[in-house]
Amino acid sequence: MHMADALLTPAVAGAMYACSSAAAGYSVRKIRREDNEKKIPVMGVMGAFVFAAQMVNFTIPGTGSSGHLCGGMLLSAVIGPEAGFITMIAVLLVQGFLFADGGLLALGANIWNMAFYGCFIGGMVIWRHITGRKMSKKRIIAASMAGSIVSLQFGAFSVTLETLASGVTELPFAVFLAAMQPVHLAIGFVEGAVTAAVLVFIYETRPELLWNYKEDGQKESRLSYKQAVIVFAVVAAVTGGLLSLAASSDPDGLEWSVEKVAGTKELEAEGSIYSSAGIIQSFTALLPDYTWKNKSSVTGTMFSGIFGGIAVIAACTAACYIIRHLHRKKAKGQEDE
Amino acid sequence: MNNTRQAAKDIHISDNAGSSKDKEDGIYPVARLIVVFIYILLVVSFPVHGFYGLSGLAGMFLYLLANIIWYQVSIKALLRRIFPIFLLTVLAGSAGLIMDREIYFLYGQIPITYGMLSMAALILKGVFCVTASYILSVTASIMQICHALYIMHVPGEIVMVIMLMHRYLIVLIKEAERMQQAYKLRAPGQKGLHFKVWGSFIGLLLLRSMDRAEEVYESMKLRGFCGVMQYSSFKGSKKASICYVLLWGIFLFILRVFPVFFIVGAIL
Repeated sequence: MHMADALLTPAVAGAMYACSSAAAGYSVRKIRREDNEKKIPVMGVMGAFVFAAQMVNFTIPGTGSSGHLCGGMLLSAVIGPEAGFITMIAVLLVQGFLFADGGLLALGANIWNMAFYGCFIGGMVIWRHITGRKMSKKRIIAASMAGSIVSLQFGAFSVTLETLASGVTELPFAVFLAAMQPVHLAIGFVEGAVTAAVLVFIYETRPELLWNYKEDGQKESRLSYKQAVIVFAVVAAVTGGLLSLAASSDPDGLEWSVEKVAGTKELEAEGSIYSSAGIIQSFTALLPDYTWKNKSSVTGTMFSGIFGGIAVIAACTAACYIIRHLHRKKAKGQEDE
Repeated sequence: MNNTRQAAKDIHISDNAGSSKDKEDGIYPVARLIVVFIYILLVVSFPVHGFYGLSGLAGMFLYLLANIIWYQVSIKALLRRIFPIFLLTVLAGSAGLIMDREIYFLYGQIPITYGMLSMAALILKGVFCVTASYILSVTASIMQICHALYIMHVPGEIVMVIMLMHRYLIVLIKEAERMQQAYKLRAPGQKGLHFKVWGSFIGLLLLRSMDRAEEVYESMKLRGFCGVMQYSSFKGSKKASICYVLLWGIFLFILRVFPVFFIVGAIL
């Protein structure tokens, strides 16, 4: 999954550097706050382990391609997502600088695609959610498989978006996606199996080495609401911002169908209700046609992607709170009766 | 495990090469890193479509040529490193061949399409960027790279993990070899590891390496290590390094703006 410099433009590479730097800054601050000196050698040896594991390429049957492990999920399960993320950065830096594996300009993108999803989605969200309350062999296997598959799917999707946003290949989005996702699904299964095997062995022999394992049976709580919202908001913002750049300017399925039938993309509606609704919409639509008002630009499209993502998350969160509030109110009413 | 052993060997070779080269030119590694970064930035900034990108890119080869000659880079090893990226860019660029068939000019009877030009530009970009990174990798030791990162204010934790990874890679390989030997002695005549023990083998390797790593770290601390790496062994000239960045920067910028090969060709 290591991206080459040639596949990215400086603008996209810079944007990915900014995103990865923000995540790295957060992780470094968290590690400094922990001030756990014993973690440093473990980070080093885990880094060496993942570095060695990434050198072993395995053949993916039926595709003619090969893959290697990412290791973000394994790192997070042992040393935690923040330390895992820092270790993955070190691994990618060594690969980029000493082995010319993955471009130097594409380093930000590689960190995001391989380290961020593995450590924060696979580790912080999935691993913590599944094994947080009760750790068992079954839960470890489920968390490893789910975390590896989901994080690799996210990573592969990001590679597709970044390449298309850079505009260096004329490969259609659907074709590129169809080539990337199934291959990384297979890699995800292998990574999940290997990760599960290693983590189950550690759990059986020295469970105290696992990140969120508590000896006294008091297991760490699941991922907090706030943390989950932050992680998904970041993913939505980056994906929305980049995805919007790769969006096709061709009409969508409905518009295409209408154009074929009526000869125009948008049907004109007559009547006072329609005109009033149109006037209201012209005031409420901050970003008509996914760009600035009276001005079409890349920044407008990116902003609308990010803004839309945040708005949807905010709306969903608000809806959840309202439903929960109503549910509690109803339950309280029943109790009073 | 052969790949990992080869990687450790490569690191050792680059360590030796890096330490001998810095005595020759006295350029700070951070200066070399900045120039390589500028080079890659300028290479990827060329447009892929049309003839302009390709003609400009050709001139960027001069930087690589000068470095290959100066640092006596092995062409065979370089080609081995370039091959995967060559295949990747051919694959990515081949879409242009199918999608963009508009003819740019006729070379005799052969039509040269825009798709062909964009594919060639993509291949050149990929190959040039990897070559520049490779030259840096074989001429700078891990210590020099860490020194460069340290100067560039990369967080100390990341630099520290890189340094420890470098040390522990050998520990990991040695532990793996020891375990492999023990396994072979207990399972004579068996070819490789049985798949049923893969998980426990890797898990055990990790646990043993962690214990060894902790021991190594404790001994480092007993010898006075306080969590900060010392970079005092590197000696370089600040003036020479600034001149190096400026001169290469100007030269690369000229190559980016003017298609030098074509201008020289037109004059001749």
